[in-house]
This record gives sequence, structure tokens and C-alpha cells, in this order.
Amino acid sequence: MTRAKPHHLPRGAHLRSPIHGRRTRVVILGFLASAVSLLAAGCGSAFGTGQPGPESIVDPNIAYESARGSVRIDGSSTVFPISEAVAEEFSKVSRVRVNVGFSGTGGGIEKFCRGDIDISNASRPIKPGELERCADHGINDVMEFQVAIDALTVVINPENSWAACMTPDELHEIFRDGGARTWRDIRPEWPADSITVYYPGADSGTFDYFNEAIIHGVDKEADHRSDGTGSEDDNILARGVASDRNAIGYFGIAYFSEAGSTIRAVEVDDGEGCIAPTYENAYSGRYTPLSRPLFIYTREHIITEKPQVLAFIKFYLDNLGVLPADVGYVTMPEADIEEQQHIVEPFLHTITGDDDGSYRPGPWQGEEGRWLRR
Amino acid sequence: MALTASEPVSLKATGAVARRQAVSRASRWVLLVATLLGVSVLVFLAYDTVRNGWNVLSWDFLTSYPSRRAAFAGLRSSVLGTAWVMVFTIVIAIPMAVATAVYIEEFAPKNWFTRLVRLNIANLAGVPSIIYGIVGLAVFVRMLGLGPSILAGALTLALMILPMTVIASSEAIRQVPPSIRDGSLALGATQWQTVWFHVLPGAMPGIMTGTILSIARAAGETAALIMIGAFAFIAFDNTSPFDDFTTVPIQIYNWTIRPGDAFRGNASAGIMVLMVAIVGMNLIAVLIRERFRRY
Amino acid sequence: MAETLEGQQLSEALRKRRFRHPGEQLIVGLLVACATVSLLTTAAIVVALFGETVAFFRDVSLFEFFFGTKWQALIPPNEQFGIWPLVAGTANVVLWSMIFALPLGLAAAIYLSEYAHPRTRKILKPILEALAGVPTVVYAFFALTFVTEDVLRPVLGDDRVPFFNSLSASLMLAVMILPTIASVSEDAMANVPRELREGAYGLGATRLEVAFRVVVPAALSGIIAAVLLGISRVVGETMIVAVAAGSTPNLTLDPLATIQTMTGYMLQVGLGDAARGTINYTSLFAVGSTLFVFTFMLNVAAQLIVGRFREAYE
Repeated sequence: MTRAKPHHLPRGAHLRSPIHGRRTRVVILGFLASAVSLLAAGCGSAFGTGQPGPESIVDPNIAYESARGSVRIDGSSTVFPISEAVAEEFSKVSRVRVNVGFSGTGGGIEKFCRGDIDISNASRPIKPGELERCADHGINDVMEFQVAIDALTVVINPENSWAACMTPDELHEIFRDGGARTWRDIRPEWPADSITVYYPGADSGTFDYFNEAIIHGVDKEADHRSDGTGSEDDNILARGVASDRNAIGYFGIAYFSEAGSTIRAVEVDDGEGCIAPTYENAYSGRYTPLSRPLFIYTREHIITEKPQVLAFIKFYLDNLGVLPADVGYVTMPEADIEEQQHIVEPFLHTITGDDDGSYRPGPWQGEEGRWLRR
Repeated sequence: MALTASEPVSLKATGAVARRQAVSRASRWVLLVATLLGVSVLVFLAYDTVRNGWNVLSWDFLTSYPSRRAAFAGLRSSVLGTAWVMVFTIVIAIPMAVATAVYIEEFAPKNWFTRLVRLNIANLAGVPSIIYGIVGLAVFVRMLGLGPSILAGALTLALMILPMTVIASSEAIRQVPPSIRDGSLALGATQWQTVWFHVLPGAMPGIMTGTILSIARAAGETAALIMIGAFAFIAFDNTSPFDDFTTVPIQIYNWTIRPGDAFRGNASAGIMVLMVAIVGMNLIAVLIRERFRRY
Repeated sequence: MAETLEGQQLSEALRKRRFRHPGEQLIVGLLVACATVSLLTTAAIVVALFGETVAFFRDVSLFEFFFGTKWQALIPPNEQFGIWPLVAGTANVVLWSMIFALPLGLAAAIYLSEYAHPRTRKILKPILEALAGVPTVVYAFFALTFVTEDVLRPVLGDDRVPFFNSLSASLMLAVMILPTIASVSEDAMANVPRELREGAYGLGATRLEVAFRVVVPAALSGIIAAVLLGISRVVGETMIVAVAAGSTPNLTLDPLATIQTMTGYMLQVGLGDAARGTINYTSLFAVGSTLFVFTFMLNVAAQLIVGRFREAYE
């Protein structure tokens, strides 16, 4: 909206600066001073202090620092914290550009089958239908690596003192379509308040796993409920449960650890008594039925064509004993870790320089020349 | 009627008039409080931000990559991402916007086509940014195959700020008095020479003001870039317009939604950095407008 | 005696007057090309939006979309696509943000226009304009971390205020939109001719009466345009509502309810990866089209009113 501006300026106006010089200078100086002092705040800053976390394991035979190129990772938000931690540590030893998204397990596998990403995070095994779709795109050399164990945690509000231990059947009642409306519907001694339910969406591997284990696992014909609050973002679920006395939700144990004392975990009684989702219980297999393996997927073609992806996966596997636990997940047994590490061994010579002739890679199309062994 | 000097006549208002005046005087303060209410909310928010972010802000914070640990999570990749995207956005959008404004104001015949273009731009200026985001997703990311790259982000933001920049530039060009143009044409210059040597320089302060405000708007944009896919964890420096990227507002969003208070300081410090940049740009724009305004 | 030109010579001379060098014609051609980009943008928006929307309506009936009262797009197999909960969510935040922003914004505009000393105005107006440039993610952060925890819950009680609620988003939206409403209304009031005010003062009106009985009615169409502009911006706002208002579609105008707006749903789909061709992907565009139609109507209405307003004083 234009306002009619007067065109009659006093004579000589163009020779004089129209702004009040001193006031402007004061304003500019004040602004610059505050901007500079913000940076000077660095002197008293607490940034960079605190626990830096465990040392990552770096294989000296791999020339990480001469690796180049990019690695694209996407998929499960459950596995995201592990891949993020690996990417973070990896970028300290290598200049490879790694980026990690969290579109959800389903979304990640879709992108992987389209060839948009190099590694797919998944909190459930890839489905046969998805493998077929990959094959339709010409991808039939999918490689699977298990990276951790998750104790899928059902969470309630800290003020919820009654539902601290439930059976899978009771969880089924809460989360199924047409299920319980109030806590009293589950057990008569519980309060008659209505339950607020939080859950992830259909793109989430966590949803798929819970759906299989708790919904279909108890009653094959039942469906997951859809009248609560759904979100693909586990952070929103955590905040929601933390803020509502009658709320209940579920997600990977890493998000439970990160949320700290704002939420409580439900112990699951699968016939052996109330088992809490702790590291020991998941590791020993006592926490059922909600213990599940976490995976990453890639292609043989990718790790032979892109050495930087192979280097990343090697780094990932080398640190399976360190980083998943650091972000809150459960480390796999030592024997299982070694089994995963064996999968990449035939390929490693492309990034160490050893050529024992036992594996013949396809035509090499690297981005920045061959690596040298250190 | 005879004027008698026996009684002094008081000019003080009485009765209904006095009431009305009192109400009017009171209303001044009511309205002032109401005006300051909005401003004071923002002042308080600024104070709260500085209080939370002061401890986190430092040179290390600006040069560290994001991390899962709040004490080490910094703005490095997002600052670089913002810089890259803004450079490309400016290069793409500003010349095109000024050219469009010049055409509409100086060269276009007064026909239905010009009216349509003007109307169209006015409408585009009111389209929400998330719509530009999904158009960017459909056209630049998917159809043109650019992926969630800096270039796709810049193209999307360029589309978004084009209308408002055109409108601001048009206003600036319109402010140049017709006498300038007439004088130039009378001396035998062509229309283009008139525009290039007289109209544009005269309108330049206004154009620059509008441009800088549009750039500030683009720098603070979150939703459109999230829609084109710029949300991943990025732990490297951008070196190509085809890179994946993240920006400072998106990083702030990322830290905001994490549960618990661990990342509150980081988000606050990020907001401080963003606000300094944007307020700085707004200040420069206003100063240019005041200092160099000729008409 | 001046030479008169005819026909071919005339048009040749006219062309030479306009473009002395052939390069100039090229330059103007470039300018025209740039201008058409704006038309192409609208074409791109329309094609992108409505193309996928048509695909959406192959899977979902028009009836369900326009008359359904449940929106559930996350959990298979019982997805429902009634648009009203999302529209209600948007209406919810518009209503509650306007309830706060309108009086405060108008008060600020009236104060600046009628009461403030010119020097005060010179300081306050740029501050107001600067406030309009605050990025919305900043307001989102405050809505989530401050408004609900430190304002709403202490005042109204923990039980009544869910973590994600419309009111915290609406309050921040009001703060966001206040400078725009104040600024545009103040422009409208400044355009009211001085004579109208002076006439009223001359007849003994107080400042308050002049403001409310003379200036505001005279500037009314500009003020209405400002309000429509504000509503349009709130309707299109994404970050504040996506972060603070929630992601649960809910057909209600209750300010303390957890809701989802149209823009919030669009962001939610954008954050996950909706594969092309799925109903998730096309629902994004269907909601986008609805949003576009709403903001388009609001903007056209604002422009029409401004157009009429311009005529009255020229």
C-alpha cells in the first residue's frame, strides 16, 4: 500500500545527509558492540566442556583420512541415533561427507530401492515385498547387517503409579483398534481416567514391530488403534507422554534414555515376571516380546563401487561394541558382532590395498583415485 | 447580549464535556500500554533467549558440527549451508526480480497482460511458504532430479521471495519523479538509457532496501526447506551446490523438538546468532533507505 | 518547416527513438522473459498442486474429503480423509490468535497514528517493522519451551493444559502478527486526510472521539485489509503450529485442545518420506490445494478492499 510521499524537499537537501548523524552512529555502534560481545561471550562459555564420550575404535589398516566422496543414509528414526553417532565419530577421522536422515524405516527402504541413498537404517527386517520392489529396480544384491538390539520400551508418565507392569495381553488391549478407553477397563483397581495413547506412524519400523509383536501377536485379526496421537517423530511422543498423567506410548530404548526422568518405562510380564527394559534384560533375552534387532542395509554393488561407503560400514561394524550402547541401545553379543564383521572381510582389500585375489571387484568408478595403504 | 465583567468566566470544562476529556486522557495511557505490551513480550523473549544461550555461545559453538551430545553440538554445517543457499538464492532471485519490476513499470504497455502480471505477483506474495516448499519438492527435487540439494533449496527460496522483491522494487521505481524520465527523454536518450542511467540509480536505495528485507526473510525460512528434504544430520562442510545441506533455522528446529532440556541452550544460542544476522540485515536495509533516499 | 514522416519511415523513426542499439531490444526481451517467470511460477503451483490432487481424488471420494469429519492418515488400514478436522485446527488458531492480536494491533496503530509524538513514532514504527522480520522458528521455540510450561500451566493448572495445545501456538501467532496488523492499519490511518480530523477537533471532539469516530471509520477498509492480511499469514504459518499445537487432527475450536492444522499436516508428511504415488504423498497436495484456495481468497478479498479504499481518496 503506497502512501503519497511529498516530493518537495527543501533546497539543498541532497547535499545534506537526511539522517541525524550522531544518533545513527550511536545505534550502529551499539549494535556492533552487542554483536562483538556475543562472540566475546565465548570466553565464559560452557560449550565444549563435559563428557566427550567413549573413544571410537579406528582400524589402523584402513586409510580413512584419504577417503573421499559422500555417503547417504536414511531410514528408521530408531536406528538414527546410532548412525548419527557413527557418522559423527567417522567424520573425525575421515573427510567423507556423511549425512543421515530419518524418514522412517519404510521411507528409507523406498529410497534405498530407488537408488537415492547408500545405506538404509531399519528397525525391522526388510520385507519380502520390499525385496521384490528392489529387484524391480534392478537391485538384487542387498546386504543386511545387524547393528544392535533394541528393547522397545513402552513408556508412561512418572505420576502413573499403577501401570508399572503389564502383560502383553494388556498392552494389546490398550493399543488395539476398539480397545480400552480407560485404565479401569484393563484392571478394575486402576483409575477410571481415559487413556491418552501415543504411537508412531505407518512409516516407522517401530510401529511395524509393535504391530506384529503386540497386536497381531495376540490376535491376528486385530488392527492397531488410530484414535490417539500419532507422530513419526519419537521426540514428540516422548514429550507427549512426559506431559500427561494418563499417557502411554512406545519407542526405541534410546529415546527413553534421552528423555531421562521425564518418563517411566513399563515392565513387561511375558510369563516370567515383570521384566524391565534394561540393558541386561535385553542382552540376555529375558525382555520379551519387545526385544528386537536393529539393522542397516546396503548393496554389494555400492560397497564395491564406492570405497567410502565400505569404509563407513567397516567403521560402523568395528564400533558395534561401543557406539550403540553409548546412545542407549543394547550391544549385541560378541560372537554376533564378529559374525557381522566377517561379512565385509572379502571386500576390505579395496580399501587397505591388500590384493590377495580372492575377490574380483567390478570396474572401479571411484571419485578421487585409488587409495594408498598407510 | 451585553458582556459583563462582573464575574470571571471559567473556561474549565464541566459536566459531560469534562467526562469526555478525562476519558480521552485516560485512553492515551491505555493505548500506550497496549502498544508496549506486544513490544515487551518480545523484549522478554529476547532476555530469556540470552539468559539460556549465553553459556553456549562461543567461537567453538559456531565451528563445531552438530552432535548427539548437547555440549558439543554446534552450528558449523548449518551456518555454511545457510551461506551457500543464500548466495545462490540472491544470484537467482534478485536480478530476475529487479528485471521484472523494471519491465512492469517502464516498458510494459498498459494492456491486459501487464495487469495480469501485476495481479499475479500480488497474489503470489500472499502464498504461504510451505506451498513453495511442496512446489519445490515436486518440481526441483523430483521432476528435475536435483534431490535435496543446495540448488533445489535456492531455487525454492528464490521463487518464494520473487514476488515481494518485485513489489518492493516496483514501489521504489515508481517513486522516481516523472520529470527525471521526461528530462532524459527530451535530451534524446532512448528508453533503456533513461532507465539504466537515471531511473535505476534513483530507485536503487529503495530496491536495495526491499532486496535486503527479502533476503532476511529467506534466511529465516524453515518450512519450505524442510519440505524439500533439508533436514538430515550433516557433519561436513558444503563444497558444491549439489550437496545435501541444512540451515540455521532448521538446526534450531531440530534442537527445539528434542525432549528434555539438554539442547535448550543450543537452540537459544542458535536463535541469538540468527537474530543478530537478521536484525543486522534489517538495520542495514533501514539505514540505506534513510541515508540514500533521494525522492 | 518540419518534415513529416509517413508509413514505413514513421514506424522506423519511432523504433529508432525507442531502441537506438539492437542490443537494447535484446535487453527488453530479457526483461519480458523475467516477467513471464512470475506467470510460470503460478502455473507451476497450480499444476503441481492440482495435478497430484486429482490423483488423490482417484483414491478418495470427494464426498469423504469435503464432508468427512475424521482425518486419520497415519495408521493403516483404516485411513480416513475428511478435511474438516484440519480446517478446524487452522480456524482454531486463527480465532484465538486474532482475539489477542486484533485489539492490541489496532490499539498500537491508533496510538501511533493519533496520540504519539512524532519523535516517539519515529522510534516505535521502525521497531514495529523490525519485529515483523523475526523468523517463525523462534516463536515456535518459545511456544514449546516457555508458553506452555511457564505461563499456561501455572495459570490454568497442569491437568487442563495438554503439552501440545492450540493456545500456546495462538499466543505466539498473535505476537507474530501484531506488527503486521499494527503497521498496515497505521498506514491506512495515516492516509486519512488531515482535514477530517481537524474538522472534528474544531467541533470540540476529544482525541479519543476523533480516533474512534472519525479516523477509524474513514480508514476502515484499510484496517479490514490489514486484518485479512493478518489472517492470511496465520493460515499459512507452519512452524509455530507444527511444533506447539500438536499433530492430532481434532474437530474443535477449544483453545486447550491438541490439534493439527493444515500446514502442520503438510509438514508432518514432508518430514517423513512419502513415496511418489502413495496416498500419503497425494494427500499432501490435496491439503496444499485447500490451503492455497483459502489464502488465495483471503488475499483477493484484501486486494479488492484496498482497491476500493484507494478510489475513495483519489
